[in-house]
Amino acid sequence: MSVDKDTVNKIARLSRIAISDAEADKMVGELNGILAWVEQLGEVDVTGVEPMTAVISNKLRLRDDVVTDGDVRDKVLANAPAKEGSFFGVPKVIE
Amino acid sequence: MTDFSRLGVAAIRDGVANGEFKAVEVAEALNTRVAGAKALNAFIVETPEMAVAAAQAVDADRAAGKPLGKMAGVPIGMKDLFCTEGVQTTAASHMLEGFVPTYESTVSANLWKAGAGMLGKLNLDQFAMGSSNETSYFGNVISPWRRNDGGNAALAPGGSSGGSSSAIAARLCPAATGTDTGGSIRQPAAFVGISGIKPTYGRCSRWGVVAFASSLDQAGPMARDVRDCAIMLEAMAGFDPKDSTSLDLPVPAWEAALNSDLKGKRIGIPREYRLDGIDEDIAKMWDNGIAWLKDAGAEIVDISLPHTKYALPAYYIIAPAEASSNLARYDGVRFGLRDLPEGAGLQDMYAATRAAGFGEEVRRRIMIGTYVLSAGFYDAYYTQAQKVRALIARDFENAWASCDLILAPTAPSAAFGLGEKNADPLSMYLNDVFAVPASLAGLPAMSVPGGLDKQGLPLGLQIIGKALDEQAVLNAGLAIEQRSGFTAEAGEWW
Repeated sequence: MSVDKDTVNKIARLSRIAISDAEADKMVGELNGILAWVEQLGEVDVTGVEPMTAVISNKLRLRDDVVTDGDVRDKVLANAPAKEGSFFGVPKVIE
Repeated sequence: MTDFSRLGVAAIRDGVANGEFKAVEVAEALNTRVAGAKALNAFIVETPEMAVAAAQAVDADRAAGKPLGKMAGVPIGMKDLFCTEGVQTTAASHMLEGFVPTYESTVSANLWKAGAGMLGKLNLDQFAMGSSNETSYFGNVISPWRRNDGGNAALAPGGSSGGSSSAIAARLCPAATGTDTGGSIRQPAAFVGISGIKPTYGRCSRWGVVAFASSLDQAGPMARDVRDCAIMLEAMAGFDPKDSTSLDLPVPAWEAALNSDLKGKRIGIPREYRLDGIDEDIAKMWDNGIAWLKDAGAEIVDISLPHTKYALPAYYIIAPAEASSNLARYDGVRFGLRDLPEGAGLQDMYAATRAAGFGEEVRRRIMIGTYVLSAGFYDAYYTQAQKVRALIARDFENAWASCDLILAPTAPSAAFGLGEKNADPLSMYLNDVFAVPASLAGLPAMSVPGGLDKQGLPLGLQIIGKALDEQAVLNAGLAIEQRSGFTAEAGEWW
């Protein structure tokens, strides 16, 4: 499988990363190089093999059903690039 | 007067405990070393006052007759991937420039509780993505090592823990934290002639560590000898309810149980790691390693890890896929950079912020990850890679039927020059060929110095162990250390 410029632009859109036309051109070659190299995984016979989900067998723990949000609103907001009062600020999303 | 830069973790801890010197003297001496080594660019932020404050607390505890921690009085470097409360944490990215965590990572908190102090935050590859420390937004880290050709070409300290490796090799600190996703502790340790261990996945909490690929990320210590690694790993490791993959197991007393007598141990030599065209210095070092382990009483056995050649391509699907998901959090809303072009809406703000905040390699990996996870390609790439990963883990399981440990080179070459490999992302990725399989299988693996190559540069030997058997890995590392006679160090040109 290989990607063209339209696909690169689509991946960039899905990734929420703005790219210029020149960057998209460059990325076509780079992604195709990497994808051509990973294609070799297709040679491996994986019949009956379950995809790995955990490297070390470990039980998933459940915690007690209690509120543990820490009551740290101001700490949570401390690094916000634009906060308004006790809220995160974002550009207008509803016309 | 003692040259404190020559002391390791054990020597500082014991000297402070025995009253031979004060912790504050050590902290001040190392603060001066750090301040005088700007040319290496190993630190993003220096925190001399924190090193002194921690040392004063240890000195006061000793004076009061209180028990001292495992790392009492030892100043260390902290890879800038660990969140440190009140101290900027950037993952070497523009995205997190100015980010000051309001909380402390579990691993760093464990170290401070054990009496260690922080000299500063160490440079790294951006979001830990790189093998040469050339992707940092804050500039390349320079290795203290130079080739013996009389030139002064700047060499890579390895990556992603390149600030850690450079600082330890330059004796700015006796030890530092590293993190290893696909070799990021072991390869930089090998490049500068120090030791470093990635423990079993789940030994060290990932809580508060900036995430790259969560199923692979694992913290570990880097230091100038095996004992120091054992001490520091004990201080870092331990169950943490805040990390869902943390292992709920007691931390073994690795230092106390160090023993370089390997009688009864079988060491596997994987034939698939002997690549065609293997560097002859690497091959020779590997043979020396085999002879040293034999001398320590071990039996050497030939083993096969048949899926080895597929480890790297599987890694370069799995790690970017996890990264694309983990790094979705950088949205310009909650923390980190925001780039809001005039008149832009929310979607445009996301795209502009992420274009401005992520470096080229990070953008590339996010895009690869997004592609392999996208509709129509998920099974062909991601599911296939996870199946191959299961086979790689099975290779190791099968190998343990005939051996207890595996010995291999850490990297296929000595340190390369800055700029020599960054034109082609693939050639950089190939440097991780020996390191990635143990990461994919979650196994403990360590690099220890194995000698110098023809250019006078250090090479590393890698020991891979069974899950949870860090002790055997450390013991074999110690056996090599006692026989390799590795005392070379970089000349102080900076």
